[in-house]
Amino acid sequence: MKKDLRRAWNVITSMRTALVLLFLLAIAATPGAMFPQRSLNPEKVTQYYKDHPDLAPIVDKMSGFEVFSSPWFAAIYLLLFLSLLGCLSTRIPVYFRAIVKGPPKAPKKLDRLPAHATVGTAPAIKAEDIATILRKGRWRVRMREEDNGTTTISAEKGYLRETGNLVFHLSLVAVLIGIAVGALYGWSGGMLVTEGSTVCNTVQAYDQFTPGKFVKPTSLPPFCVKLDDFRATFADNGQPLSYEADIKYRAGDDSVTQDPNTSFNLEVNKPLRMDDAGFYLINHGFAPIIRYTDRYGTVFESPTPFLPQDGALTSEGVVVLPDANQDPASTERARDQQMAFEGIYMPTVPESGPAIRSARPERNDEGVMVLAYRGDTGLNTGIPRSVYTLDQNQVDKGALKPLGSKLLRPNEKWTLDDGSVVEFVGTVEWMSVNVAHDPGQLIALGGAAGMISGLMVSLFIRRRRFFARITTADGNVLVTTGGLARTGSEAFSREFAALNKKIVERLDLTPVQEDPESSPVKTKDLPDAMQEITDVRAPASAGKE
Amino acid sequence: MTNTELAELSDTLLITAIGAYAVAMVGYTVEYAFGAKGAVASRVKAQLPKQRALATVGGGTPDTSADVPTPPAEEPSAKRGKSARFGVFAIIATIVGALAQVACLTTRGLSTDRVPWGNMYEFISAVCLAGVVAWLVLAFTKPVRHLGMFVLLPVVLLLGLAGTVLYAEAAPLMPALNSFWLKIHVSTAALASGVFLTGFVTAALYLIRERYERRIEEWAVQDAKAAVSGMAENSADDSDESEDADTSRELRFPLTLGPRLPSSETLERLTFRIHALAFPIWTFAIVAGAIWAEAAWTRYWGWDPKETWAFISWVIYAAYLHARSTNGWRGAKSMMIVLAGWASMMVNLFVINLVTSGLHSYSGVS
Ligand code: HEM
Repeated sequence: MKKDLRRAWNVITSMRTALVLLFLLAIAATPGAMFPQRSLNPEKVTQYYKDHPDLAPIVDKMSGFEVFSSPWFAAIYLLLFLSLLGCLSTRIPVYFRAIVKGPPKAPKKLDRLPAHATVGTAPAIKAEDIATILRKGRWRVRMREEDNGTTTISAEKGYLRETGNLVFHLSLVAVLIGIAVGALYGWSGGMLVTEGSTVCNTVQAYDQFTPGKFVKPTSLPPFCVKLDDFRATFADNGQPLSYEADIKYRAGDDSVTQDPNTSFNLEVNKPLRMDDAGFYLINHGFAPIIRYTDRYGTVFESPTPFLPQDGALTSEGVVVLPDANQDPASTERARDQQMAFEGIYMPTVPESGPAIRSARPERNDEGVMVLAYRGDTGLNTGIPRSVYTLDQNQVDKGALKPLGSKLLRPNEKWTLDDGSVVEFVGTVEWMSVNVAHDPGQLIALGGAAGMISGLMVSLFIRRRRFFARITTADGNVLVTTGGLARTGSEAFSREFAALNKKIVERLDLTPVQEDPESSPVKTKDLPDAMQEITDVRAPASAGKE
Repeated sequence: MTNTELAELSDTLLITAIGAYAVAMVGYTVEYAFGAKGAVASRVKAQLPKQRALATVGGGTPDTSADVPTPPAEEPSAKRGKSARFGVFAIIATIVGALAQVACLTTRGLSTDRVPWGNMYEFISAVCLAGVVAWLVLAFTKPVRHLGMFVLLPVVLLLGLAGTVLYAEAAPLMPALNSFWLKIHVSTAALASGVFLTGFVTAALYLIRERYERRIEEWAVQDAKAAVSGMAENSADDSDESEDADTSRELRFPLTLGPRLPSSETLERLTFRIHALAFPIWTFAIVAGAIWAEAAWTRYWGWDPKETWAFISWVIYAAYLHARSTNGWRGAKSMMIVLAGWASMMVNLFVINLVTSGLHSYSGVS
């Protein structure tokens, strides 16, 4: 049993498993880019159902529209992180042991190493001198006496490589923690704000609101924002150039009772950042003000946000007045006398052609095409509906009757058959904003920074070892050296040669001609010194596969 | 807002750049086909089996084989014929092309008063420029100049596609694209993509060369066996048999490219170095994109199709870096991962920009 667990653990933490899981992760993410995702764009999922009625339910069943919150996606990344943690838990102790113990014993036969040399001979030298040369080159050095009286020097450089590698993988964990914190304690919502109005941070104010698992929607941080003025600029071809909003805000408990007082210039890419919430400008549009004076003289007037339909900001919306034409003297409700207006707003009415599409996105020559309806709007029936369209059922039933349409310019009036008057007063602009708080964001950012620095260190620093053996024979001292590098071997052979040369020069050695036919290295009987440098990389798998 | 004269100049410069690259390709091809490498390669054929044996030694433990002395195949021979002059000429043409491209992007940026990587056409152009510059650095530091056409071929194809099908008129940026971090994000993404492009080329060449080397080795083993059995039987009709074997020894495309390529070991190391450079840049580009996304769209990561593919490419390249240190995965298998990585980059560039629509709809292609 224990053995099985041990084996399972070894499998999970092996490099090969990490590799397979990485592949799986890449493959598992692809449907997320291929199918519309509910969390991003629910309308597209609906559209997909319409376009592929046979396929859609199957895709849905396999979480194809929610790939990134699907159980199988979670299974893969959780296994990957288990593997990662396991990997780290074995590699970190190995790493510290390597640092404490210093470079390992020199192998018995230095000529088995990929780089090796018989450096030279001298009547007498001190091993300490070689060690000094190495230390000056910032190698970590250990000297050892062997039984037969020879001295060996082991040196190592580039520990930072493994440091970088560990920092990289630990930072990955930090990023995941950051993401998790954000998912549990973060929240976000979206709403429209019209010029002149003030919005406050309560769940009711939002058109849509997504709280994290542990967020209490009743205790959002209090703040209020007032939109004073909104400006958009456009290029000649109608492409938007800039959106800018002058806002005032006040954060804290007194924001509920007092007016916003701090000015801020809100732009796309320049959110208002408060302590525990950010306020982001996303989009904008127009809110025409339609004034309706009913036959009893009651006046209804407020800006109604219309939704942009195209790049020239042709905008559509409805004004529904369930309280219109109700006799103030009577307590009966005359449902069939309610009023509704459909409108197509154009910031620039085209000079010719039908007035149904705006010519440009700027407010140069605005107008609204109004379609008036009288009858039962269906608004008291209690079924919640979009506030941007009329209840088409009521129209089809004949309960809501069209009274005709008219293009209204600002301050233009249209008197209906019963003497009531519709007037287009003008427009204010609205902006749509996202408000969000993600407490894990900084953790993730720190993790990302750690990842990049760790990566650079681990990919650019070479770890390498250098050994020297000083043997005495016939009253002469012979220096042989060997070395190896895990990566960047070309650079290492240069470094190795330079080191040998330095030793010859400093110690005044007589160079020895080397046998050019020295045997090549074989993996099987690579000395321990070699294995270990590779072991450190993949402790769980090395030597087993 | 838009300066049309500069924009037109920019378009002319693009054509100049493509022309210069095409000329360079001819030069590289002449050097490749008739250059000293060819002569060396045919001589090297005989030495190859031994070299292979050395190379396989390292297969088990990562990178040990890298310490084997560099095989002779990649050292340019002392005999440099006229074709070397074509190589130098090609390098000059490449530099001219790169400068024209720099000017092309600069004038476009000036004409619209913004950074010149705001739509797909400009982005691909920037990727190609980064790839060409990465290639020039390689050509000056490694004996790989004669391989230039393999790099310029995808570059010219991409540029041609960008300049025609994906072309977008010079225009200012959308408000959402107007951000400091976006500039950083897109420029580093283009840089990383360009470097990945050269890495893809060396990986593809590796796969060709590696198969070629295996083929040569097989033949050498056959020869050795034939020689041994010939000696044992000591009979004349055996020689017929070995001649039979000889007739089947024909290299077919793409293996015919093999003899003039650098050794598989060199290509392997080169591929790794290139990716070791590109991967951190790519990581940084993704992080910069996330920082920008946070400011523009409230959240730093939202699994938008573009983000998702960037992540997929990142994971594939991470898998390559792992594979290289995994026993049994070094060599051809890890190179296949590189090809998959590049394929995913291309999917991200073409499929995601043109087919799916997300927040990243900046391609400017209508
Ligand atoms: C989320 C998953 C992972 C990602 C994205 C990832 C990414 C990377 C990257 C980019 C490298 C190369 C850069 C470097 O040397 O620092 C690397 C190296 C390495 N990784 Fe991972 N890794 C992941 C999980 C794992 C796991 C689970 C293990 C344990 C088996 C592991 C073990 C290693 C080792 C040993 C190296 C060093 C290889 C070398 O030096 O050549 N990694 N990883």
